[in-house]
Amino acid sequence: MLAQLISAFDIMILGVFGCVAYYYLSNLALDTLWPAHGKRAAHNINRTTAIRPWLFLFPALLLLTVYLVYPVIFSIWLSLHDRSGEVFIGFDNYRWMANDAKFRESFGNNLLWLVVVPAASTAFGLLAAALTDRIRWGNIAKSLIFMPMAISFIGASVIWKFVYDFRAEGQEQIGLLNAIVIGLGFEPQSWITTGFWNSFFLMAILVWIQTGFAMVILSAALRGISEETIEAAVLDGANPLQIFWRIKVPQIWGSIAVVWTTITITVLKVFDIVLAMTNGQWGSQVLANLMFDWMFRGNDFGRASTVALVIMAMVTPIMIWNIRNAKRDL
Amino acid sequence: MANLALRNLVKTYGQTEVLHSISLDVEDGEFVVFVGPSGCGKSTTLRLIAGLEEVSSGAIMIGDREVNNLEPKERDIAMVFQNYAIYPHMTVKKNIAFGLRSSKASKVDKEARIQEVAGILDMVELLDRKPSQLSGGQRQRVAIGRAMVRDPAVFLFDEPLSNLDAQLRTQMRLEIKKLHQRVGNTIVFVTHDQVEAMTMADRIVVMKDGHIQQVGTPEEVYHSPANSFVARFIGAPSMNLLPAELSAEGLTLAGKVLDAGRWAASPVGKVLLGVRPNDLYIDEIRPLFEGRVSLREPLGSETLIYVETEHGEVIARADGRMPPEVGATIGLGARTEDLHLFDAASGVSLS
Repeated sequence: MLAQLISAFDIMILGVFGCVAYYYLSNLALDTLWPAHGKRAAHNINRTTAIRPWLFLFPALLLLTVYLVYPVIFSIWLSLHDRSGEVFIGFDNYRWMANDAKFRESFGNNLLWLVVVPAASTAFGLLAAALTDRIRWGNIAKSLIFMPMAISFIGASVIWKFVYDFRAEGQEQIGLLNAIVIGLGFEPQSWITTGFWNSFFLMAILVWIQTGFAMVILSAALRGISEETIEAAVLDGANPLQIFWRIKVPQIWGSIAVVWTTITITVLKVFDIVLAMTNGQWGSQVLANLMFDWMFRGNDFGRASTVALVIMAMVTPIMIWNIRNAKRDL
Repeated sequence: MANLALRNLVKTYGQTEVLHSISLDVEDGEFVVFVGPSGCGKSTTLRLIAGLEEVSSGAIMIGDREVNNLEPKERDIAMVFQNYAIYPHMTVKKNIAFGLRSSKASKVDKEARIQEVAGILDMVELLDRKPSQLSGGQRQRVAIGRAMVRDPAVFLFDEPLSNLDAQLRTQMRLEIKKLHQRVGNTIVFVTHDQVEAMTMADRIVVMKDGHIQQVGTPEEVYHSPANSFVARFIGAPSMNLLPAELSAEGLTLAGKVLDAGRWAASPVGKVLLGVRPNDLYIDEIRPLFEGRVSLREPLGSETLIYVETEHGEVIARADGRMPPEVGATIGLGARTEDLHLFDAASGVSLS
């Protein structure tokens, strides 16, 4: 135990001082090779300023290469090989994928998630931001709406399992939703095993989590609007609804787009909720969970990588657009 | 078009009363400027007239209507804000047209009205631009256009020129004055800049701490200030105010007794003697007071000289070509009719 602690400590020291030593020594080497004095001082300074950023960026670039670029390339390579990753099979995995019913189901569900969750989260977030802005207990309401953000997807799923819980006939129902349904005089339902609509019940969980995020960003954006333009609109005879839609929303359009796309990216990666709630059964499968299934349950590296590449292909354009947008806002 | 009246207008925020029963009558077509230091209540008054704040007590009349409980849009007013407040996501044309949205006029009439306003403000070629493509002066023009297009009974301006650079400010000042002569609407203009007030106003309303200090034409406010605050606030550089005493012998200024003149009948006691820098001239024979020149501020045609006297620092104007040297001892005189006397305690003018 003590030995372990000491070795962990040693590695920490080594890591920290290794970094410091790298920056210090590489910088020193640069200044020794092209000193900032003597006959060619100006030329040397120009050269060192050109090299120095790369020197300092190198560790980060190295890590990005090892942990991001290499996996992408390796995934592409794997997707062209069989389950063991040893036999080259060309585009067989892609051919399989195109015809696989479960993949089609996952892809369709992902598209559905892609439309519903960002739209609903942004809409609820905007509504919450607008409503909480002007009331005295708005800040308390905001904290409550924001709180699910702090819960892990798995934790949230466990909570919602109790909401959607269904017991066989004869047993007492303990689910919140079924309690409401019974209270209204209807039959209890098995919410998450009923095909097609069960996806929406899973989406509700992510909407519940992401609304807080949307609200915080949009609330800040709403507060950034100049009060004078709103007063000017009041004098111009606009009613509160017109002020909201025609003066406020257009002015925070950039923030709405950023919120929307950020949630979109989260949605494309959705995995935990489906794994915990249905594990992709009853027609609720999504791509990330499908990939996980093939990787760790089916032990098929080729097919898992192929599905992973599909997810990446879907995320990339939104990512690029989002980064460009964020850059413009800065 | 209409006249505007404030009747015992009071505004309180919680326990704090910021406007103390203000009354004022503004004639139809008059250009009235509210001026005062920041926090004097001038902007609050304007916002009350606009309907952006609720009246605590008293009444606001536009035309013959009491508008206290009317929505801003029902008051027949338009306002130009300090930071322009133009809608950044709309083109200039849409900005101007926004106020016409609820009007019942036909599309053709609205379009004609927009073109007319754009023509008056000389910005026809800007109509399709976005606000981000406009300069500060152009933005202010758009803000004025947006106010004009509805042809309101009363125009309200809330320090509209304070974000412009000095040169543009002078130019816009002139433009707004010309505009008023042309369209003839009633204008209430708020500023902290007494030069703006003097140059533009038909009548100036000087405010301080939620009270109206004086209402009058620029000439009245300048030549016969009602109290020492107005005297110091209007005119640049400020009027010199020196402690003096009025007694049976006459006016005593630091041991020197002058003839009481037109104040002979005024009650005796401690007073403030006021004299404007440009009413002072160098007079070595019968000086009002003497002192040493401590600083000079050349302004071209004239030079401001700061003179240390036994009553304190006095500012005077001297000829720009041959001002007295720094360090020189000079005598300053003034004509008796250019002197002002204020009660030392209340500040009220004794004229």
